[in-house]
Amino acid sequence: MHLVLFLIFAIFALAGAVNLLLQKHPINSALSLIVVMSSLAVLYLLLGAEFLAMAQIIVYAGAIMVLFTFVVMLLNEGREEKTWGSRTAKTLGFPAAAVLLAIFAATILRAGRHYGTISLSDGVTTTQELSKVLFRDLLLPFELTSVLILIAILGAVALARKDNGEA
Amino acid sequence: MQLWMFVVLSLVKVIVVLVIFLTAVAYTVLLERKLVGRIQNRWGPSRVGPFGLLQPLVDGLKLFLKEDIIPSGVYRPLYLLAPLIALSCSLLSIAVIPFGAPMTWHGMRLFEISDLNIGLLILLSVTSIGVYGIALSGWSSNNKYSLLGSLRASAQMISYELALGLSLVGVVLRAGSLSLTDIVKVQAVHGIASWNILGGGQIIAFFVYLMAAYAETNRAPFDLPEAETELTGGYHTEYSSMKFAMFFMAEYGNMITVGCVATLLFLGGWTSPFGDLIPPPQNLVVQALAPLFWFVAKVFCFLFLYIWVRGTLPRFRYDQLMGFGWKFLLPVAMLNIVGTSLALSLL
Repeated sequence: MHLVLFLIFAIFALAGAVNLLLQKHPINSALSLIVVMSSLAVLYLLLGAEFLAMAQIIVYAGAIMVLFTFVVMLLNEGREEKTWGSRTAKTLGFPAAAVLLAIFAATILRAGRHYGTISLSDGVTTTQELSKVLFRDLLLPFELTSVLILIAILGAVALARKDNGEA
Repeated sequence: MQLWMFVVLSLVKVIVVLVIFLTAVAYTVLLERKLVGRIQNRWGPSRVGPFGLLQPLVDGLKLFLKEDIIPSGVYRPLYLLAPLIALSCSLLSIAVIPFGAPMTWHGMRLFEISDLNIGLLILLSVTSIGVYGIALSGWSSNNKYSLLGSLRASAQMISYELALGLSLVGVVLRAGSLSLTDIVKVQAVHGIASWNILGGGQIIAFFVYLMAAYAETNRAPFDLPEAETELTGGYHTEYSSMKFAMFFMAEYGNMITVGCVATLLFLGGWTSPFGDLIPPPQNLVVQALAPLFWFVAKVFCFLFLYIWVRGTLPRFRYDQLMGFGWKFLLPVAMLNIVGTSLALSLL
């Protein structure tokens, strides 16, 4: 049961990702990205991370992608121009991508033994367990991250302000 | 329990809930037309059937038989997809709502399609996806009124979703759980005195929720996305026949869902307002049906209030709407969280 669902939504995620690159209209690409993010949420759910799955949908598929589509709608961009890329990108890009992929694969394969394992049919991690880890064991990193995000928000507001001091 | 039995029972539950929900949607429209009529000193629909009770059937038939016009300038795939997104999100959220006492039959919950640990979060996530239906419908219609209406609607929904989410945190803090069943259980002890709106001290959160919910569902006094005098019909200007009906059903479905959520989170869900004053009934059928009665009665009162407000208050101006959401509701919701957590840690 879990495996069937995993296969269905993994295919959805991959198809959405490929479609994102192939579509010529920006709004179609944005919608494909929503499909990818929602499918990822289902994959999280299959791994037992229910809170993470819902946060993925609320924050990414809901809030962030709405802003994306909003911008696309407001700019009203037409179709993208199809180019075949520069020659540098072709000669350097493909080997670079292959090397990067190999490095990632090697690192993950080597480190794989040190981490715990999880399988699709494992139990669900409840929100209580998650918040115990976040707010007790990892309190300092968590608070530091929130301060970092706050600073980022302040920076964004400062950048968006006009020179005469009016927001 | 065997798999086939689970599947069959779930299907039966889904069908029953869907039929009741859609009927409720149709009759909410009638209730609104009747009530607004009385508020404006006229009768409202009264010709079809006794007291106009068959009006929703006729309305449905009329919309079904209307010509389905697709304007030539629209972006077809998204134009056709948008009403589907709106309606399916509206129908999806009813799946996690418990309507009655947690009674089981062969290990299956009777009055709820699915009982989840994160029911409340699912409701919020479905709401946040529902924005796409409106945003895409306006953009794909290729019409300035539609686009303006959908931009207004999406901006309004994003802004008020924050206040809506934050107003629920106090309730979650008190229950210590995101499961809707647990949240109701906390309020079940002393009848009306332990409901979140009174005994739980969440009355401010209730009003924040109320106003944010009006804005979320694009209802008066926050119905700027479909302000007729400025935008003809708003985001669904270019839609006709069943596609228009889908937006219409989605709006009223959202109203009912919002009423159900308010009932569960603030008004004690399916529990009776008298608590232990009335001893629990011995008869099993009464035991099952009494909670359903209380639930429906509370949702009805909430819908009545919804329509009453629509018939009474004038529309906001757009800058007032945004200022109200960001500068008033959001800080109040945050103060409510601080106050609730202080009270909970001291008590």
